[in-house]
Amino acid sequence: MNMNTTSNPLMQVSQLAVQFETPDGVINAVNGITFTLDRGKTLGIVGESGSGKSQSVLAMMGLLATNGRATGQVLYQGQDLISMPTADLNRIRGNRVAMIFQDPMTSLNPYLTVERQMTEVLELHKGLSRREARVRAIQTLDAVKMPEAARRINMYPHEFSGGMRQRVMIAMALLCEPDVLIADEPTTALDVTVQAQILVLMRELQRDFGTAIVLITHDLGVVAGLCNEVMVLYGGQVMEQGSAEAIFYRPSHPYTAGLLAAVPRLEDGDAPMLAIPGAPPNMARLPAGCPFTDRCAMALPQCGVERPAFAASAHDADVLRACHLGIEDVTRNLQYLKSQLGVAT
Amino acid sequence: MSDAHSTSRPILEVRNLKVQFQVRGEGQWPWSPKRFLKAVDGVSFDLRAGETLGIVGESGCGKSTLARALIDLVPIADGSVRWQGDEMRGAGPEAWQAKRKVVQMIFQDPLASLDPRMTVAQIIGEPLRTHCPELSAAEHNERVLAMMLRVGLTAQQINRYPHEFSGGQCQRIGIARALILKPQVVICDEPVSALDVSIQAQIINLLKELQAEMGLALIFIAHDLAVVKHISQRVMVMYLGRAMEIAQKHALYDSPRHPYTQALLSAIPVPDPKIERAKTLQLLQGDLPSAINQPSGCVFRTRCPKAVEECAKNIPALRRISEQSESACILG
Repeated sequence: MNMNTTSNPLMQVSQLAVQFETPDGVINAVNGITFTLDRGKTLGIVGESGSGKSQSVLAMMGLLATNGRATGQVLYQGQDLISMPTADLNRIRGNRVAMIFQDPMTSLNPYLTVERQMTEVLELHKGLSRREARVRAIQTLDAVKMPEAARRINMYPHEFSGGMRQRVMIAMALLCEPDVLIADEPTTALDVTVQAQILVLMRELQRDFGTAIVLITHDLGVVAGLCNEVMVLYGGQVMEQGSAEAIFYRPSHPYTAGLLAAVPRLEDGDAPMLAIPGAPPNMARLPAGCPFTDRCAMALPQCGVERPAFAASAHDADVLRACHLGIEDVTRNLQYLKSQLGVAT
Repeated sequence: MSDAHSTSRPILEVRNLKVQFQVRGEGQWPWSPKRFLKAVDGVSFDLRAGETLGIVGESGCGKSTLARALIDLVPIADGSVRWQGDEMRGAGPEAWQAKRKVVQMIFQDPLASLDPRMTVAQIIGEPLRTHCPELSAAEHNERVLAMMLRVGLTAQQINRYPHEFSGGQCQRIGIARALILKPQVVICDEPVSALDVSIQAQIINLLKELQAEMGLALIFIAHDLAVVKHISQRVMVMYLGRAMEIAQKHALYDSPRHPYTQALLSAIPVPDPKIERAKTLQLLQGDLPSAINQPSGCVFRTRCPKAVEECAKNIPALRRISEQSESACILG
């Protein structure tokens, strides 16, 4: 976390929280997310389903469901997106801060051609005429390597394959050359070979336009290739946050370590995989302490009752973590668990 | 296909299997020639007792259709499927019913494949009621409970409904239902793709344990090559309805022969920042071609980085490359 290094970061999120009013009471989907994003950098938000990763970015864009409420601050160049009136927010979202949604089929309008959907963005935000907008839209489709863009722009979303639809989504998000691109599981619905194409494309766009990216994914391999910084969420809370190198090479939280050990890798032998026991938590009934307690093989007695502080780690001040155990204990315990299963460490 | 030297008869022999679906589309009149989507186009393999065959490929390559054709959930257009030596193509419902005691299936979507109006005990017990109606109620309940405990469910959950379970637990119910008849083969159609990483590892470990315990043969379908590597002894790579490569696990992963296998392996993101950033990708261009108008010759040639003119001429058959592997590429 470069908390103090830059005076004027592009995007600064502090203590972002999301609550939902439901018939069963208030659910705290996200509790206190804080990060800073500079131009050209990528933040990865990792977590299992229900960990609050999508809700946190929907809150940043003012796209929560009607029973949801966001608190905290999301500063984009000093302006708070959360407290801003919708009319002002509409000038920023889709323009300076754009989003790519997970499912490219359901997030495009099936009744409109791609041309109409893309030119609408430019007419609204840039005040271009329809004809100018069309030229720009075709250029952007070319930039995301859509073959025969000038012809295909007149097609409807259903006429595209999944990978091509995702390119349309990315092109649409890039139309106004945004400063921040929020990508919510951009490759989850795609096959690996197409995923590889899209990831290369995102890397090139970042290099060419200096866009800052917030990437949400559950795939740690995608994070490793694209992100400078990683935030690990569980049960709506940040478990660990730090540089990609720190998170991948020296995970200091039992959940991060467990997640990394549970990913099947090509170089693995035939030993069983180190699974995390149990199931994801019920967000309506989180324990008073650390939400990971029930599934944590290393939990101490106080873990279930006392919430660990989210603070800089002793081993590395740039890593923030929320765990009662020290990093040496986590590493030692993990090695013990692996040796019990016969997994090489 | 597998060991040519082994003498015991394979439990499943598939030869030149084809599955086609008739499609309608633009310019189709009642008198126009019928058009077909070739979902599976001439696949052959053997499965021996106790082994695991992994089938990988991208969406639309026909792997799920292949699995469904093996147990008569979609009609076979051509070719042969022999379970325990009995030809099943054109077999009647009674013959299939008898075979389903031997082969069971686990489906991709754990919740959608369970009847929401049945309790866990009813779901897991249904195959027993169908195939072993002679069991007494006490024996029946005993076997259901034993199976529940074996797959990691608790006795208290016996009267609950599927919506009360998480995805991983639903998949355990699906596994229990498939294994209650003590089958010899289980076809697993993407059993872990809908699950989170931490849960995925639980289910794979469970399947491996049960396989060792019950001597099961598995056909394990997935699009994730790393998952398939964990569980399989042999792997078949499919593309557009055809087998591109069939090989022993280590041969396939250590020295992939077919350009498509090579591209698939290089496209998997590795959870290691240094390796992942330094990696030179062998990117495939474009998308999967339509299965209705397949390319001539090798179906992969339109995206193949190594394609030459000759690839468009003939459809390459699987050729034995070594003891361990067969590949359908003219370049070897």
